[in-house]
Amino acid sequence: MTPGNQTMTTETILKIEHLSMRFGGLMAINDLSFDVKRGDITALIGPNGAGKTTVFNCITGFYKPTMGMITMTQKGGKQYLLERLTDFEITKQAKVARTFQNIRLFSGLTVLENLLVAQHNKLMKASGYTVLGLLGIGGYKAEAEAAIEKARVWLEKADLIDRADDPAGDLPYGAQRRLEIARAMCTDPEVLCLDEPAAGLNPRESLALNTLLKSIRDENGTSLLLIEHDMSVVMEISDHVVVLEYGQKISDGTPDHVKNDPRVIAAYLGVEDDEVEEVIHEELDGSMR
Amino acid sequence: MANTQSPAPDIAPGLMAKAIKEGLFAGVLALGMFLLFVGIETYQDIDNRLVWRTRWELLAVFVLVAAIGRFLMVGFITPHFAARKLAKGKAGQADSAEEESFFKRNFSKIAILALLFYPPIVVYLYGVQGSLKFVDNFGIQILIYVMLAWGLNVVVGLAGLLDLGYVAFYAVGAYSYALLSDHFGLSFWVLLPMAGILAAFWGIILGFPVLRLRGDYLAIVTLAFGEIIRLVLMNWSEVTGGTAGISGVAKASIFGIYSFDVGAPNNFARAFDLPMSSAYYKIFLFYVILALCLLTAYVTIRLRRMPIGRAWEALREDEIACRSLGIDTVKTKLTAFAIGAMFGGFAGSFFAARQGFVSPESFVFLESAVILAIVVLGGMGSLTGIAVAAVLMVGGTELLREMEFLKHVFGPDFTPELYRMLLFGLAMVVVMLFKPRGFVGSREPTAFLKERKAVSGSFTKEGHG
Repeated sequence: MTPGNQTMTTETILKIEHLSMRFGGLMAINDLSFDVKRGDITALIGPNGAGKTTVFNCITGFYKPTMGMITMTQKGGKQYLLERLTDFEITKQAKVARTFQNIRLFSGLTVLENLLVAQHNKLMKASGYTVLGLLGIGGYKAEAEAAIEKARVWLEKADLIDRADDPAGDLPYGAQRRLEIARAMCTDPEVLCLDEPAAGLNPRESLALNTLLKSIRDENGTSLLLIEHDMSVVMEISDHVVVLEYGQKISDGTPDHVKNDPRVIAAYLGVEDDEVEEVIHEELDGSMR
Repeated sequence: MANTQSPAPDIAPGLMAKAIKEGLFAGVLALGMFLLFVGIETYQDIDNRLVWRTRWELLAVFVLVAAIGRFLMVGFITPHFAARKLAKGKAGQADSAEEESFFKRNFSKIAILALLFYPPIVVYLYGVQGSLKFVDNFGIQILIYVMLAWGLNVVVGLAGLLDLGYVAFYAVGAYSYALLSDHFGLSFWVLLPMAGILAAFWGIILGFPVLRLRGDYLAIVTLAFGEIIRLVLMNWSEVTGGTAGISGVAKASIFGIYSFDVGAPNNFARAFDLPMSSAYYKIFLFYVILALCLLTAYVTIRLRRMPIGRAWEALREDEIACRSLGIDTVKTKLTAFAIGAMFGGFAGSFFAARQGFVSPESFVFLESAVILAIVVLGGMGSLTGIAVAAVLMVGGTELLREMEFLKHVFGPDFTPELYRMLLFGLAMVVVMLFKPRGFVGSREPTAFLKERKAVSGSFTKEGHG
């Protein structure tokens, strides 16, 4: 398959249709529609204040969108309308996990405990909603060991195994970012939404992040949706890029397509409005000829 | 003269000058502060007129104590400790850490063993009747607060929900036992779990409306809830007996085999041909509350290693992150409230059986404040720290009653109990200054891969709702 190709045959996992979000008089997102394909890394980019994080908050249920429909299709074909679910149900049932722009770890818990908390729902069921587990009946013990094993796998992937028993708040910034991704992955998501995963990372850490994200896509089959300002990350790993400006979609396609889109260049570099028109006309003329 | 103790003799003159300056400053400050409070006394003379007289001597004592105290502190004590710390750092503290670790590691085991043998030892030392004071005032009283504080610890220490109305659940437990045993004649052992369940039920009822509140707002609403329960108990006279309360609450029995009622044929003392004394009942109650405390501790320790316990602590750390991981924070908060309330209910029904009398007076806000203070002083989330804090706070109060010799110092009108709150406040300020995270500030992780390392208190959060 050719990643990012508009006529791609892979199925859509997350379909966003006519999404609008209004805060009082401010239209933060205006009639936004785009698709996230299964097994893709989709990047959502745009200048500051374009509404990228608002889109994330709508998808993950932290905001209730004013209008629009967000459909999540799981592997089995089961569909969920995300705008009707509350935030924790979206992770629990629809299997859409997220990370935050300003890292939100449980800083007083150890790294391992952070990953165990992420497996809460599974462990809750195994412990008979605490009652059976408290009495020592049922398979809680085995399940708890499996949870630790799973945490160990993710700690190794995120290169945090040596810090497993340290408090999460004690980790350096880059490691905290990786831990937050590993923690979100422990909820077994089908779509993982990452809000600026590379922010504040040095080039080497950024490179390690690229490897981690690619391995999540290729080995776990998890689709990724990410907001990112670091173009080296966006262009290097994403299969599909959506560009937002003032709450509206201005471009959608492969990284190469987006890179050369005059409207994107205009949005980022700032061009006079009539100049943009000019550029677009030239483009159109060129393609007609 | 300072060079014997100060670490570097050559800086001593500067140090002395500083000490004198600070001492004088403290004296001036004390003079300003106490001039009106201490220096001048108002009183009513024989014609009922308000007149005043001066007490310059007393004022001088206050000022001198402040000035000399500050001088000694700056000039001698601080440099002395600084020097000792320096010397200790040079010597290396590896060996001292190992020495205390045996006692530290087995602290809870030693404590439980000591508590198990506490009544027999006291009886052996002071006789059956003489043991009453030690078992009842020191033993049972402290253990009730230990249990209450451990119960509140689930809500405040683990889940990070500031509950100022915890005493309401204590009251629900106490009145459940008093009323149900009065009307239906059910025994203590049936009503103990029932009181716990009823209190948990009320915990959930309280939980529902306050769940959307956080931090200060939550504290205010729980405070109000505590007062509502107390006022209902006070004014619903037909059922609760109003301010007079319910007296003659049935005593607990040893599982119905032996009774502690004086007239009963299966009276414990009669069955074993012992002299009649209320001390046996108290010793029995001591073991009951000890068992209840151990149950509380066991359940809390087990729950912390269960997913629900981890979710509580995660909730304390970051609620939004919890929701992003698919944790239903509403249910998690409700279980914390319910479990905490349940332990309060157990303690309440025990309290009713012990006193034989319940009235709204026992469930005032001050009780909630004391329990919360114990949790905070002990270190939120740490069972050992909280138990130590309960011993100090409650045992200290009881000890004050015993201090007869203070009457000889301060005159016959001096009642040390009245200064309890003053000392309470002072103790809290001092502890919070030196140990801002409580006696045990670190937290034990619930799971580990290679080694169990305590998490420093500087990383854990207090929760904000």
